[in-house]
Amino acid sequence: MDVFLQQLVNGISLGSIYALVALGYTMVYGIIKLINFAHCDIYMIGAYIGYFCMTFLGLGFLPSLLVAMLGCMVLGVLIEKIAYKPLRNAARISLLITAIGMSLFLEYGTMFFVTAKLRTYPALEGLMAKSFTVGGVMITMQQVVIVLTTVVLMLGLQYIVKYTRAGKAMRAVSMDKDAAELMGIDVNNTISVTFAIGSALAGAAGVLVGVYYNTINPLMGAVPGLKAFVAAVFGGIGLIPGAMVGGYVIGIIEVLVMGAGYSTYRDAVVFAILILILILKPAGLLGKNVGEKV
Amino acid sequence: MLEIRDLNVHYDMIHAIKGVSLEVHQGEIVTLIGANGAGKTTTLRTIAGLKKPTSGAITLKGEEITAASPRHRVQMGQALVPEGRHVFPGMTVLENLELGAYLRRDKAGIAADIEMVCGYFPILKDRRKQLAGTLSGGEQQMLAMARALMSRPEILLLDEPSMGLSPLLVSEIFAIIKTINGAGTTILLVEQNAGMALSIASRAYVMETGSIVLSGTGAELMESDEIRKAYLGG
Repeated sequence: MDVFLQQLVNGISLGSIYALVALGYTMVYGIIKLINFAHCDIYMIGAYIGYFCMTFLGLGFLPSLLVAMLGCMVLGVLIEKIAYKPLRNAARISLLITAIGMSLFLEYGTMFFVTAKLRTYPALEGLMAKSFTVGGVMITMQQVVIVLTTVVLMLGLQYIVKYTRAGKAMRAVSMDKDAAELMGIDVNNTISVTFAIGSALAGAAGVLVGVYYNTINPLMGAVPGLKAFVAAVFGGIGLIPGAMVGGYVIGIIEVLVMGAGYSTYRDAVVFAILILILILKPAGLLGKNVGEKV
Repeated sequence: MLEIRDLNVHYDMIHAIKGVSLEVHQGEIVTLIGANGAGKTTTLRTIAGLKKPTSGAITLKGEEITAASPRHRVQMGQALVPEGRHVFPGMTVLENLELGAYLRRDKAGIAADIEMVCGYFPILKDRRKQLAGTLSGGEQQMLAMARALMSRPEILLLDEPSMGLSPLLVSEIFAIIKTINGAGTTILLVEQNAGMALSIASRAYVMETGSIVLSGTGAELMESDEIRKAYLGG
């Protein structure tokens, strides 16, 4: 039982990171129906910004997190403006291929500047290095920080989406672009806001993963990015609560598979879940197959 | 109020609107009738800024808005109730109404206007916490109209408000259109239900395959043999 609970704690930590990345996938998909393959590389760049802040600027965790979120926010908006916006009325496949190209550009562009070698996040000190035991389950301070950060960001996101003007505009554009325009909503602006928020969350996830697993490299985004995408599909692509639930489910399943001694199959199991969900409930866990009302 | 001069609109190679000119004066109800595919909806979408014309000019309150964004047109006091309602299905009735007032900042005025539109459509008040996607077609039509009114338009463009509604509901909707007009809002109404539209219109235009083929007062067109044969069933 203790082992199971221990794995559950680890799974929740990993799941938090997947959930944060999945949110960006799902929000962008919701608004322009694009699977933004470059999203996982924004997460990687967030990890690097956090690394440089901590190592060379000597900033603490929280300032580094904020700088990384801000940096990724700008990057996400730029990517949308430069690469995706000119294709707003093009076929969706062109947009998808552009996203793959952007992903490769970011990965190998980063590699050009920082080299392919692994970088190690500085060891945490003081409070952040502590851990404690609750009923036989060890919880590290890092895990607490990861889950807390994620919860705060998700609550913030929920608030923005539900109650602010920008959030209402985002929901309106994702439901009906024409109708949103008729309300006087600036659709281009709203798409930029969506990229900004999604990218900031990915940046935060990048810093958290650096703190949790210590090492980062320019290709670190690829596999977690795919898993976060699976999480978004699992929960129902385009649905914000779906991405949250999906992230945690995928994280926990992956850790449980590892805990059961099948580490080699951890990726296979996640992708098997993708195949199963696509066969059994293509709209995702929280998705509804709604027909259009005529 | 609204003037369109020699408007041409293309969908790729298809010449959908061929040199349409029409005008709507302050306080009027003007209707644009015609068969399916005549180009009525395209005309309205172009006036609203959702579709870019190839040539021609659209003037609203003396200002040329041919290239203006839909947002600017809403700010200038124009609102479109699109064909097929286009309410935001995953939002509540209240949220839909609030989005109608998206460009306004006067909280008190918005609250008062929500009361006002709920006066026109009492059913919306009962359903204000309900998701718009779960409303019936008639209720969605009312919501779409109420939502458009929330921007306090001086001119309201209505695209097929009677589509898919029961005859009883159609009379109700048309009575409300007259009330809205009576309260000072100019109206441009696109309809397939020619009889209903002509009965409340001060003037009317008849559209056929992308061109205006006839125009006159509502009463004149009601009397016209051509119209009776083509649109009013004898």
